[in-house]
Amino acid sequence: MDPLALYIHWPFCLAKCPYCDFNSHVREQIPEQRSRGALLRELEWEAGRLGSRPLASIFFGGGTPSLMAPETVFRLIEAASAYFSPLPEIEITLEANPTSVERSKLAAFREAGVNRLSLGVQSLDDRALHFLGRLHSAAEARAALTAAREIFPRVSFDLIYARPGQDLSGWRAELAAALSFGPDHLSLYQLTIEPATPFAALSAQGKLALPPAETAALLYEATAEEAAKHGLLPYEISNYARPGAECRHNLAYWRYADYAGIGPGAHGRVTIGDSLLATRRRRAPEAWAARVERSGHGTDEEEALSPTERAREMLLMGLRLAEGIELERFRARAGLALSSAIDRQALTDLLAAGYLAWRGGKLAATEAGRLRLDALLPRLVR
Amino acid sequence: MLASAADNAGKIHYPFRMTETPIAQIRNFAIIAHIDHGKSTLADRLIQATGALPEREMTSQVLDSMDLERERGITIKAQTVRLSYRAADGLTYALNLMDTPGHVDFAYEVSRSLAACEGSLLVVDASQGVEAQTLANVYQAIEAGHEIIPVLNKIDLPAAEPEKVRRQIEEVIGLDASGTIEISAKTGQNIEAVLEALVTRLPPPEGDATRPLAALLVDSWYDPYLGVVILLRIKDGRLRHGQRIRMMSTGAVHTIERIGVFTPKMQPTDDLAPGEIGFVTAAIKTVADCRIGDTITDDRHPARSPLPGFKPSVPVVWCGLYPADADDFEKLRESLAKLRLNDASFHFEPETSAALGFGFRCGFLGLLHLEIVQERLRREFDLDLIATAPSVVYRLHLGNGSVKELHNPADWPDPATIEHIEEPWIKATILVPDDHLGAVLGLCNERRGEQVDLTYVGNRAMAVYRLPLNEVVFDFYDRLKSVSRGYASFDYQMDGYAPGELVRISILVNGEPVDALSFIAHRSAAEARGRAICARLKDLIPRQLFKVAIQAAIGGRIIARETLGALAKDVTAKCYGGDITRKRKLLEKQKEGKKRMRQFGKVEIPQSAFLAALKMDA
Ligand SMILES: Nc1nc2c(ncn2[C@@H]2O[C@H](COP(=O)(O)OP(=O)(O)OP(=O)(O)O)[C@@H](O)[C@H]2O)c(=O)[nH]1
Ligand SMILES: C[S@@+](CC[C@H](N)C(=O)[O-])C[C@H]1O[C@@H](n2cnc3c(N)ncnc32)[C@H](O)[C@@H]1O
Ligand code: SF4
Ligand SMILES: [Mg+2]
Repeated sequence: MDPLALYIHWPFCLAKCPYCDFNSHVREQIPEQRSRGALLRELEWEAGRLGSRPLASIFFGGGTPSLMAPETVFRLIEAASAYFSPLPEIEITLEANPTSVERSKLAAFREAGVNRLSLGVQSLDDRALHFLGRLHSAAEARAALTAAREIFPRVSFDLIYARPGQDLSGWRAELAAALSFGPDHLSLYQLTIEPATPFAALSAQGKLALPPAETAALLYEATAEEAAKHGLLPYEISNYARPGAECRHNLAYWRYADYAGIGPGAHGRVTIGDSLLATRRRRAPEAWAARVERSGHGTDEEEALSPTERAREMLLMGLRLAEGIELERFRARAGLALSSAIDRQALTDLLAAGYLAWRGGKLAATEAGRLRLDALLPRLVR
Repeated sequence: MLASAADNAGKIHYPFRMTETPIAQIRNFAIIAHIDHGKSTLADRLIQATGALPEREMTSQVLDSMDLERERGITIKAQTVRLSYRAADGLTYALNLMDTPGHVDFAYEVSRSLAACEGSLLVVDASQGVEAQTLANVYQAIEAGHEIIPVLNKIDLPAAEPEKVRRQIEEVIGLDASGTIEISAKTGQNIEAVLEALVTRLPPPEGDATRPLAALLVDSWYDPYLGVVILLRIKDGRLRHGQRIRMMSTGAVHTIERIGVFTPKMQPTDDLAPGEIGFVTAAIKTVADCRIGDTITDDRHPARSPLPGFKPSVPVVWCGLYPADADDFEKLRESLAKLRLNDASFHFEPETSAALGFGFRCGFLGLLHLEIVQERLRREFDLDLIATAPSVVYRLHLGNGSVKELHNPADWPDPATIEHIEEPWIKATILVPDDHLGAVLGLCNERRGEQVDLTYVGNRAMAVYRLPLNEVVFDFYDRLKSVSRGYASFDYQMDGYAPGELVRISILVNGEPVDALSFIAHRSAAEARGRAICARLKDLIPRQLFKVAIQAAIGGRIIARETLGALAKDVTAKCYGGDITRKRKLLEKQKEGKKRMRQFGKVEIPQSAFLAALKMDA
């Protein structure tokens, strides 16, 4: 069995960003103790049924996990290491926001066991940061990056581009500035308007217009070009890394390996016996904590996935990766041959159009294919 | 259909017994007018003034009970209400009001209502004056032998010019305008005078209760609770509970279950006597047993001969209707039959299309009618449909001497076999203020029109034109409205066939002909239309993964071409941590949505494109 990946969700933020639809909540007082207790209990419960598997990665995501007390992070890493069998090269990532308060805690996170930091820089331009409703400045972001690189063996950061009015040369310049920090991993996301966010409301009123698809495509292509100049390759639609520096935890999602999700709103895919279970915890932090306190876990929904469902999920995740999907692994994981999961005619057409390609026994989406993956999947998937 | 409106469906209102009104105290009348001149609003005031509905149940245009009517602010179905009015002479009269639609496409509703009445209230908007449908409807009413009471409406408007409009009534229509009543249906001003005029100026119906039953089947519809409901007008005889009735055209026999009148709610009565208008139900299972215009008689003592009935309606435009989901074919058949019960002016017969599979060829009185039927099928029967390009009926004279009627462009034969083609023409009457006349004449000429007559009444012109129907059916009305800034009104009648240089234009998507999009046009307009449709389709077909060539061709010759570029980008940038469920559900929804697209080779065409493509601006 594949080693396990463990996701731990911290749902609190200092303010809600206007584009964000993650399970994040603003509280006057973050219930640190209660959250820690509940996370530890849920982890214990989940580990109880999973048994002592090899553990390949831990990811503290959010929300803003850099708001956690380093002590909480430590206790969770410690517990996970006791319940599972951590691999020697285990990757432990924490998402951090680059405000000065959080920067001061970086060393403590490292001491707690975190070995990879993912910084939510979002932009290196103050006007853009203001537009995105971020609480940090470009200067703070640079300072956080510098500090992080001194403290952590591996650092990645996120940028959001294809913002209203952003043109090709502007983005190239911003990206070049970011690359000059010499990162070996970057997450570069095109701005997405998510339903029920303040940005969605603005967009509905015509006050916020994303660049048209043609421009977005050009921006995307330019992104790969700039990153390649610094040796960073797109291994996933929005993720760029020097070979070997890919985020192992996120690769577990895309390769559709087992991952356990702890904390409010966390999702998991875990194999138990012959079943692959899709798990989801309650989203609201308090309701989740209350449920954990009552029953040891905050599960809201849990269902065993059918082979068709597994095949669909594996396809839609796997084709995000440049490496593609391995046929043998697909059959083993989905319980269904790839050939019976996809439409043969569509496959032929998409291969002929250069959107899909066979790469050494793997089916992969080409760069052109990845750029259009959402349109391609409903046609390909049976 | 008030009776089938959701809140009223199947509910019968009590008290049960109504005292019978002597025939001399019955008045049956239709409200007729040009579109939007205020017929339904006047009906509201009459309902209110006679207390037929409690105040809290009143809404504006309360008889426009279909959602579609309320949304579009137009009447689509004629409606009947029986009002009880205590007149100045101290007697209580039964007034049967029939509110009719104003739009040309629903003219069949008007003609049937007229046949059930002895008089008409001719409503003319005092700020707009006599319009094309005013003329068309009043002439129909005169032909039906109606006594006509002219009513000038909207006199509350500052722009009202009652004197001028009175003159128009005399000069354009040729009606004595001295008895014209000036009202505001909005404020209720002078409504009492309308009620009195109905009583004193309209004749009572004639009929003999002792003769065998003869009742005219005016309208019918399907009610989910009551089954088939029939609206009828009793000419002679009497209709009672439990009576065995016979449909004279088919011989089908049924037993009456319910009898009543609309007040406007369904109100049961013991019987219906001569001159009365009311409804019956009779456990009619076979929708085909019920034919509008038929005569209903007593099975044991039948009338000797049927009543005159109605002229059948002749559809002027046809199109194919196909279920978006092929499995819905039978459901579509049943739904069409039920809808036809309620709309005798639309016709259907099965057909097949290479691209769309099994469906029906349907005939309509115009494009609005087509749109409304499609919408009703969608809403009332929960059907998703694809409509093919509308077409008029052509006559193909073939080399072998035979004549073929063609209303499906897909059936166009080998051009070598065609001797010549005839197309239908219409005679159009257009009323328009002077300052917009030039633009209107320009439009008519552009559409191959031939002027027949041009006269003036004051500063308004009345232009009579002969026009090929196919130039009018699609967007003439919209164009007329726009070139005249809404001031022109328009009515037409069929006016025979004439030879024309017509060609069939096929639309090819990535080289494959899409039969459902092919259409017929005059040679002189073919290229422009071909180009317009290709450009239109380019906007209507969403970008695909592959480049799409859209072409128009006459035979093997390409006359227009557009290329729809491939989709530039469509991908979710960020990954939702481990929330794959959400992505999978989205994918599954997209796959569902694909079912509603028709696939032509590698190209998906959304159903909305089929009709929209043909609605072109010149
Ligand atoms: N100011 C004013 N407006 C009126 C009067 N009567 C009707 N209207 C308005 O005119 C519009 C059309 O009224 P309707 O009663 O729906 O007209 P209609 O003749 O039934 O229309 P169709 O059934 O579609 O032919 C509505 O907006 C009414 O509110 C009136 O006396 N005065
Ligand atoms: C889990 S989120 C948030 C991590 C952290 N709280 C932060 O905001 O920096 C991970 C990343 O998704 C990206 N993201 C969030 N919402 C987005 C949106 N609407 N469009 C594009 N990228 C988005 C941001 O770059 C963000 O850093
Ligand atoms: S800080 Fe991150 S998780 Fe929190 S609201 Fe902003 S984008 Fe969302
Ligand atoms: Mg009306």
